[in-house]
Amino acid sequence: MAKSGSSGTGGRGKGHSKSKEAEIKRINKELANIRSKFKGDKALDGYSKKKYVCKLLFIFLLGHDIDFGHMEAVNLLSSNKYTEKQIGYLFISVLVNSNSELIRLINNAIKNDLASRNPTFMCLALHCIANVGSREMGEAFAADIPRILVAGDSMDSVKQSAALCLLRLYKASPDLVPMGEWTARVVHLLNDQHMGVVTAAVSLITCLCKKNPDDFKTCISLAVSRLSRIVSSASTDLQDYTYYFVPAPWLSVKLLRLLQCYPPPEDAAVKGRLVECLETVLNKAQEPPKSKKVQHSNAKNAILFETISLIIHYDSEPNLLVRACNQLGQFLQHRETNLRYLALESMCTLASSEFSHEAVKTHIDTVINALKTERDVSVRQRAADLLYAMCDRSNAKQIVSEMLRYLETADYAIREEIVLKVAILAEKYAVDYSWYVDTILNLIRIAGDYVSEEVWYRVLQIVTNRDDVQGYAAKTVFEALQAPACHENMVKVGGYILGEFGNLIAGDPRSSPPVQFSLLHSKFHLCSVATRALLLSTYIKFINLFPETKATIQGVLRAGSQLRNADVELQQRAVEYLTLSSVASTDVLATVLEEMPPFPERESSILAKLKRKKGPGAGSALDDGRRDPSSNDINGGVEPTPSTVSTPSPSADLLGLRAAPPPAAPPASSGAGNLLVDVFSDGPAAQPSLGPTPEEAFLSELEPPAPESPMALLADPAPAADPGPEDIGPPIPEADELLNKFVCKNNGVLFENQLLQIGVKSEFRQNLGRMYLFYGNKTSVQFQNFSPTVVHPGDLQTHILPLAVQTKRVAAQVDGGAQVQQVLNIECLRDFLTPPLLSVRFRYGGAPQSLTLKLPVTINKFFQPTEMAAQDFFQRWKQLSLPQQEAQKIFKANHPMDAEVTKAKLLGFGSALLDNVDPNPENFVGAGIIQTKALQVGCLLRLEPNAQAQMYRLTLRTSKEPVSRHLCELLAQQF
Amino acid sequence: MQFMLLFSRQGKLRLQKWYVPLSDKEKKKITRELVQTVLARKPKMCSFLEWRDLKIVYKRYASLYFCCAIEDQDNELITLEIIHRYVELLDKYFGSVCELDIIFNFEKAYFILDEFLLGGEVQETSKKNVLKAIEQADLLQENSPSIVLNYCR
Repeated sequence: MAKSGSSGTGGRGKGHSKSKEAEIKRINKELANIRSKFKGDKALDGYSKKKYVCKLLFIFLLGHDIDFGHMEAVNLLSSNKYTEKQIGYLFISVLVNSNSELIRLINNAIKNDLASRNPTFMCLALHCIANVGSREMGEAFAADIPRILVAGDSMDSVKQSAALCLLRLYKASPDLVPMGEWTARVVHLLNDQHMGVVTAAVSLITCLCKKNPDDFKTCISLAVSRLSRIVSSASTDLQDYTYYFVPAPWLSVKLLRLLQCYPPPEDAAVKGRLVECLETVLNKAQEPPKSKKVQHSNAKNAILFETISLIIHYDSEPNLLVRACNQLGQFLQHRETNLRYLALESMCTLASSEFSHEAVKTHIDTVINALKTERDVSVRQRAADLLYAMCDRSNAKQIVSEMLRYLETADYAIREEIVLKVAILAEKYAVDYSWYVDTILNLIRIAGDYVSEEVWYRVLQIVTNRDDVQGYAAKTVFEALQAPACHENMVKVGGYILGEFGNLIAGDPRSSPPVQFSLLHSKFHLCSVATRALLLSTYIKFINLFPETKATIQGVLRAGSQLRNADVELQQRAVEYLTLSSVASTDVLATVLEEMPPFPERESSILAKLKRKKGPGAGSALDDGRRDPSSNDINGGVEPTPSTVSTPSPSADLLGLRAAPPPAAPPASSGAGNLLVDVFSDGPAAQPSLGPTPEEAFLSELEPPAPESPMALLADPAPAADPGPEDIGPPIPEADELLNKFVCKNNGVLFENQLLQIGVKSEFRQNLGRMYLFYGNKTSVQFQNFSPTVVHPGDLQTHILPLAVQTKRVAAQVDGGAQVQQVLNIECLRDFLTPPLLSVRFRYGGAPQSLTLKLPVTINKFFQPTEMAAQDFFQRWKQLSLPQQEAQKIFKANHPMDAEVTKAKLLGFGSALLDNVDPNPENFVGAGIIQTKALQVGCLLRLEPNAQAQMYRLTLRTSKEPVSRHLCELLAQQF
Repeated sequence: MQFMLLFSRQGKLRLQKWYVPLSDKEKKKITRELVQTVLARKPKMCSFLEWRDLKIVYKRYASLYFCCAIEDQDNELITLEIIHRYVELLDKYFGSVCELDIIFNFEKAYFILDEFLLGGEVQETSKKNVLKAIEQADLLQENSPSIVLNYCR
């Protein structure tokens, strides 16, 4: 057969390719040769044409692009030699080209073959339609194929191909497949003598009946009787359709699937027969295997699992549900990992049935054991899902404590999900709220980084609403804060709770007011701006709660580091609180700083978040870009603090965090009314003149760089041993896409694969930036020689480096499951177009790994928003009227056109948004200045959405031509 | 089934069959991602994994990985046996099939797959019937030398 002919010679050809380059060279030579043959004067005979078309296919399948030969392949279709036709069809199937001229020719050839009455040719044509499945083919053939399918004289093999060909066309364009008289006859194919025809027909019917259940209803009884015949047949009855002693496993599974499209049969006789089948399958599972081969057990169990799915789908036979559960229980301890995985997965759905919930619960110990001991993370994930599904009031404490224990070693990819699940279970099944508080604090302790704001807002909300737990909560957070290193989220929760309820534990000398204060204040300097802002609010609350701390706290507020803090928000709070505490009488203070009123009950936002995560598209690689666009990730750059969420997150606005602080700096007379709001906002709410203050204000921890600061001087302090730019590989193909996600935000996951996760947090102010990179080792093996390097290619012509990037080295070893952090200080010296590159190299299990990404530093990061009146805007707009100063792009919307989202993105991009400037309120107008050390570039922008056409027009005007163009390109990709 | 990929331990793609319309760029991206994911898994691990909103079912035969992407409601175990039956068909046709057979007789590997699976669904499960169809086609083949693929000449 074919083997002897070609493998030998071909193998030699391959073996000669010593390197990729040599292979490419050889292929190019061969492509040139084939091209010349095709173009040559001498007409090629069919055989040569086939040979060269086949070679082209081979080259394509090696991964090279092919842009010719289509015409020759189409010519082969009309050959009357079978193999020539076959190769022609294969080429078309693999390399379909939407060239309309060709499609017409191809369709013509298919039409001829379909009409040929030669079954082999007809099958080839049908395979081609099924493989291409394009709309054009649907238009040409969707009406003919049903006829071929039900024609009395069609060969079995033709019927099979026609059924699945029709299925493919129906999936691609359902509107093109006309229902009609043939549908009834298709259903009767379930009775066909030929098992292959039945097998193909069931797939078609399963798909069609979903749209028109009533038209196909008769299939139920036919499917049941067919299934019953198979299930009760002896293992040899079906001859070649028996697979490792299992009769017709594929057909059985398909029939069971088909039945899941309908409710239980109404006809009692049919139903009785079906239940008998299901019982037979369950019984057979208990019989000793007829073969030791894994194929036997797989085929048998495939039917069993599909049977259980049908039982769960019906959810009406308590007896069968419990039997199914017991069967799955056996599989939980099976030595085959695959069966354990499927049993866990299937039990998850059983847990939600009222009939089997209790039966599922009896397996709790096995499942907990699986969570602890399974070696495969995907199996552990299933176990965690099942524990969540089987949890109720009776076992919540056990399950939550096991999940907490698991969390300590859980894989990065699923930590956040586990945290959410624990938080939900703890709240849902809390009998006493002290347990709930303990659980959430444990979550923060074990996996603080993965505790999202929804989770810790929720605990504050619940503590505020339930006075029976407030004293306990205060005591517990006080104890938790004693730990030498506690997570910042703990400080936030602790600060808030002590500020509200610290008085409840103040009677104990061990937690007297001064002790509480000094404990909190000992954490202050290590915290981010957002947390420090929250702590300042706690301090002013302390002054009200504990007058004896007033002098100390006033001293803290008065300190230069607060009153002259570089961060405007902190400075403002310090000034206001200091003045408030000095001028307000005790009564006024008590009114202003009264305890928070209870929050109205609403649906838990944590639950909403879990649903979001589980929603479509939220794959295992949880990158921010794929999340719900309305979630706050998308505009990380605008988010003043983690708590001022731009979308109405129930708990967030409940906490009063969205209220705007007083507009300008601090007059003490700004009044108690304003302050009341501000006291509880734990961060600067969007305040236009402040511009974007990213989540964690790293920069403010720095003193403003003095002239002798190393940051400004060192252009590229990378040690000499580090690879220069020439040693760094090209960025990975996704690098641009990843970079784009960060144009309008500053924080998120930059990259993630099986081994490594790279997270970014950054802040930019004026022409300076600081970036934290977090490298997480997702494996259990240590990374060695770990070395991330940042290089900036700079401007090739001038050799002037536009960015100064100073990096610190990181440890060369990263333990399995550990995370290391790298700090980058960035100074923008002049405008630039290309971002710096981040190259990460390490050895994993001996194999060298390397990866080059684009660092999310784009010119717009150095934007400073500028407010201006309409008149000024138009004047400047006119001043920038040289053609090269303007860049414009008209493009289609890639995302839903939501004005709020657009606004958030523009703010995240860095410009100020100017209202009442554009006469059309739908349009957006913005202004800002790009700050570089050498120069400032004023930028004006205008974005005009056209909802009807789903298009945007974006216009940028700046004083520097390349900047206009570059900003326009960057921004246009965001909508 | 949405697609089937065959690739070697070195990550070289040997056969690809797509049953859903995707752009070339997307196909390449999916292939790269999946090859990486599957190759990183250890031998004793489970043959199924969740990937995007699909389920991946894979199995290794000698130096080749067979990897199928199926939808949420599809049956994992029967998909494993789809893979096995395909391997059996190749084995029977080529006579103890090896990776090189699939590389250099890729057209046969495709023809056999088309007889077995069409549009992502099982068309014919009988080994005899599938091979009969292929052998009939081989008989139609005129007595010419089979296609020579050594493009280096």
